[in-house]
Order: sequence, then C-alpha cells, then structure tokens
Amino acid sequence: MSTVAINPSLRFTETAAVRRRNRTQLAVKIVFFLMAVLMLIPLVTILAYLFYKASGILSWEFLTTNPRRGMREGGIWSALLGTIYLVVASLCAAGPVGVLAAVYMNEYAKDNWFKRVVNLAVINLAGVPSIVMALFGLGAFVLFAGIGKSILAASLTLAVMTLPVIITTTRESLAAVPMAFREACWNVGATRWQTIRRVVLPNSVSGIMTGFIFEVLRAAGETAPIMFTGAVFYKAIEEGDLFAYGLFDQCMALAMHLFTISTQVPGVKPEVQYGTAAVLLVTCMCINAAAIVLRVYMRSRKKW
Amino acid sequence: MTPANPTRPNVSPPEAGETSSRLSPERSTAGRVDEAGANAKAALAGTSGPTLPVESSPAGRQAVVPRRGVPGPSRRWHWLGEKLIESLIRLCGISSIIFVFGIVFFLLREGAQFLFGGLDLVQFFTSSAWYPTSQSNVRYGILALIVGTGTVTLLAMLIALPFGLGTAIFISEFCGPKLKESLKIIIEMLAAVPSVVWGFIGLSVMNPLIINLFNAPVGLNVLNGGIIVALMSVPIIVSISEDALKAVPDSYREAGVALGANQWQMVFRVLMPAAKNGLLAAVLLGVGRAVGETMAVLMATGHSINMVFVKPEGGFNPGWLFESCRTMTATIAAELGETSVHSDHYQVLFIIGLLLFFITFIVNLVADVIVRGVRGKK
Repeated sequence: MSTVAINPSLRFTETAAVRRRNRTQLAVKIVFFLMAVLMLIPLVTILAYLFYKASGILSWEFLTTNPRRGMREGGIWSALLGTIYLVVASLCAAGPVGVLAAVYMNEYAKDNWFKRVVNLAVINLAGVPSIVMALFGLGAFVLFAGIGKSILAASLTLAVMTLPVIITTTRESLAAVPMAFREACWNVGATRWQTIRRVVLPNSVSGIMTGFIFEVLRAAGETAPIMFTGAVFYKAIEEGDLFAYGLFDQCMALAMHLFTISTQVPGVKPEVQYGTAAVLLVTCMCINAAAIVLRVYMRSRKKW
Repeated sequence: MTPANPTRPNVSPPEAGETSSRLSPERSTAGRVDEAGANAKAALAGTSGPTLPVESSPAGRQAVVPRRGVPGPSRRWHWLGEKLIESLIRLCGISSIIFVFGIVFFLLREGAQFLFGGLDLVQFFTSSAWYPTSQSNVRYGILALIVGTGTVTLLAMLIALPFGLGTAIFISEFCGPKLKESLKIIIEMLAAVPSVVWGFIGLSVMNPLIINLFNAPVGLNVLNGGIIVALMSVPIIVSISEDALKAVPDSYREAGVALGANQWQMVFRVLMPAAKNGLLAAVLLGVGRAVGETMAVLMATGHSINMVFVKPEGGFNPGWLFESCRTMTATIAAELGETSVHSDHYQVLFIIGLLLFFITFIVNLVADVIVRGVRGKK
C-alpha cells in the first residue's frame, strides 16, 4: 500500500481528540433520532389502542343512531350531525372574512406600524385560550347580541377563534403569487380589485383551500368554545335526517359528547367512549391528511 | 394613492375613476395631453366593448382607464363597486383588531361590576381558598389555580422542550429529505389530535398506567396533565424552532464546516446561538399553548384544588408530581355552567378569563418582539 511508504508521523491519524469527537457526533445523532422517533411512538400506540378498544362498536349503525339510555349505549348520530353543522356554519362565517383580511394584509396594507398592529392582533387572536373564547362568545353573541345559546352563536365563536388560521394560511399563499403577475395585470389597466379577483386569488386558490381545511380541523375538535354557547349534553334528533337542526337550535357536538360521556355520565360502556374518541380522531386525521395531499398536489403543480 | 411599492412607481395599479390630483405632476400632465385622444377612444370603445385592442398608440392605452373627465355610467358603477369592495376588505383587515378589543370589552362587561366593586384583589391573588359556593364564608382566592397552571405548564415544558428542540434539530440538520417529510407529517398529525381526545387519553389510558407504574394513589395528577400538555405543545415547538433553524443562512454552516467542526459542534456552537431568538419564541409560544389548554387538563389533572408543592400540614411536598391539581382554565370550564348569570361567582370566572387573556397576550407579544425586534424587521 502506498501509504506505508510515507513517514507514519506525517500521515493524518485519528488522534484521541478526533476519535472522541466522532464518538460524540454519533451519540448526538442517535439521541436526536430517538427524540424524533419518540414523537412517533405515542401517536402510533394511541391510535392502535383506541382502535383496538373501539373495534367492537365501530359500524355504520354506530354513526347513524342516536345515543340511547342516557348516552350509555347507542350511537353518535346527533353529535356527528351537530359537529357538521357547527363546522359548516363557522366556515361560512370565518372563510370570507379571513380571506379578505389576508387580502388586506398582503395587497392593501402599507408597510407601517398599523400593519404591524394588525399582524400582532392576528397572532394574539390565535393565542387566546379556547376557554376565554368561550367567555367572549357567551358575553358577545349569546348575551349581548341576544342570539341565545344556539348553533349560530357557537359557530360564530368558533369562527372568531379560527379566523387567524385562515388569515395566516391565505396570506402565505397570496404572498407566493409573484409580483410580476400583479404588475402585468396593472399594466393592462386593471384596477387593484380586478387584479386581485382575476389574477391573485385564482392563483392562490389551493392555498386558500388549505386554510379552509385547517379551519375545519380546528373547529371540529374544539370543545371549550361551544360548551357555553350552544352545545348541549344530550339532544335526540330524527335519525337519518340531514336537516334535523335549525340555526337557532342547540345541538350536540362530537367533541363535547366525548367529554360528556367520559366525565359527566357514570356507567357509560367503555367501547362507546372509545368509539366516539376513535371517530373524532379519525375525522381529524382525515381532514389533516386532505390538507397534506392538497399541499403535495399543489407543490407538484406549481407553475412558477 | 401612493403605490404599494415605492421603488416601482410606474407599476402601481390605476385607480378606477379619478385620482389625478394625487398623481405626480408629470403623470397628470401626460394624462391631460392624452385626454382628447382618450375620450375619442373611449367613445369608440363604447360601441364595441372595452376590450377593443387599442394599444397601437400610447393614447390608446389611456383609453382603457380614463383618468379624468366624466366617466360613463357603467364606469361610475364600477368605481363605486371598487370603492365598496375596498372598504369591505379594509374592514375585514382590521377585524382581528376589533375581535381582540372585543374580547377585552366583553370580558370586562361581564366581570367589571365585581372586579371594581366587591372583589378583594389581595385575597384573589394571594389566597388559596377557593370557596365560591360556600354558604357562610365565600372566598375567591386563585393562588392554588395559578400554582396548578404554573406547575402543569412547567412540567410540560420540561418534557416538551428537549424533545421538541431535539426533533427540530434532527429534522433540519441530521436527516435526509424523505425521512424529513415523513417526520413532519407525523408531527402535523400529532397537532391535529383534538384536545378533548388528549384529555380522554389522559383519563382512560394514562390514568391506570400511572397508578400501576408508580404505585400512585391517584393517576389523574400533575404528571398526567404535564405529559398530555407536553405532547400537545411539542408540534408547535418543533415547527417554530425548525423555522428558526432554517432561517440561519447556509454560509454560517459552511463557515462552521470549513473550520473543521462536525455536525453536532456546528449545531451547538453555530446554529443554536444564531437561532436563539427563534428558539426562545418557540418556547414562549409553547408556554402560551400550555397555559391556555383547557379540556385536556380539565380531564387529566384530577381537578382538585391543591397547592401541590405544600403539604397539608405545611412544608415542601416532595411528591408534588403525583398530586392532583386544578388550573385556571379548567376551573372556568367546570364551573361556568353551574353559576347563575351575573352572580359574583360568574363574574369572578370572567375575571379569571381576563387574567388568562392578558397572560397569553403578553407571552405572544414578547415572542413576537423577540422574533422580529421592536421595530418589526422582516
């Protein structure tokens, strides 16, 4: 071997320090890897355990029948439908406002202290605890506006709570539309709003959809904001009737139902609890998966 | 109307309707010169629609958007519509400010009467006696609740920080693109689990587990709540610290490698100091999340009023990890439904809400100032 010919003292050798350094490098890498993997373990175990416990009850019938015998048995139909109502109503309220707010922040606001304040308000609104939102909803919508405890009041509370989600996601996708698109549009004489409507918004539609999906995800899983603004422990509705609730009715909700049957009602069958938890969890996971798929699709279709 | 981008004065969008008074002198002169031609072209365009190709002359371009003179009826509607939609956008833009002030206003509206008349603030903050429904001696002391919130938050951060930062460092520095993608998706999935499901897990999975593992008398305790809240705040810590690490310029990394540092040396000596503001913000936002968490702690901490660090007979309690406790958020959630509207108890719950709002407000504000600096650099 050629290296043998070289004076060994001149050869690059691993000194003790280098060896120690490399050992540390390996150790640190393994530790970080374990930390990352430890994130995986709770998720997988919890999912597996929930499904194992719930496997006996999950069926079409579980989804489409009302709770029976003081919620100790039966299905989750009225809670499921209530959640759908709340989510749709809150999306209808928060969607347009959120998108327009994002348009304001990205297209209209000048880069000054006021924009900073708006930005701070969005960040702080996102950080408000959900139970404080419940108090706000109770004070503002139920009592002050006089709506009373209803789907409308609950979904408006959810809408205020989820507004920052839509704003930040939409804003990111608006900012990703190249400036040249807007300039080209202005140069053919379009006004600011025409540019936004015909060029900016169509080009960021998938980002806006992602924002909506995240809003739905957040709204579907929240319990605290609807507890005092419109959700009730128990309400039986016509099974199979998709229009069983009115906007001013109180309703059940999946997340609230899980809370109720696991803490407020004694003697609930465990598989009903696990079944409800599994349905809620799977719903949220699917919604999130939809957002991920949309994002991957978006990235593959990116034109600029 | 000043252009949105001052470095490109010529690319600001033309206003619908008339704004020449605010245009620069050269441009308004140009507009005046073109006016005759523009009017002629506009008249022409009126017969065959505004999309007539008229870009053959500079004057032709002006015809599409007349700058002065009397706009036709359709243009006036158009102008009105534009103004309307613009004010709508501005209104929506400031909606979040309105809502933040609205929260303060409505919390105060419900709680002010008792806050400014009747509530003993010294007792409120320094007493651990919370007897809101007592017949003989009603006392509202939230010290135990503050301690409960603080303990759960502290424990959650002690667990979540190493894991969150470690995962963020692993994702951004140590792993390949494929593993990176899958880890990020898993963490996103972790963030998608609703808080009530976490609470249910604490109640029915962790509870027996803690009793069996540690021989604890009760499984719904600080440890249970801390672990659950830690799992909930890990995703936010990971995503924000990963952003912070990503924001460190590659030239820093290259300089580190050029000096002979290997990966972990670079991470500890170069990246972490460079990204320390972002990492600090991640911690703060995690704290904000943990303080505000409601349903999970309500279900997992046992919900008994308890100064966890103090033994009933006095002195430090070394077994605080296995004590049940109660947080501010959980108290509101559990008791608001049982109070009558506008009673003292009801108002105190709103005051606790106000306190929680200001705690999270300050935490978020500080995080934002740390990340962007006081003047808001980009």
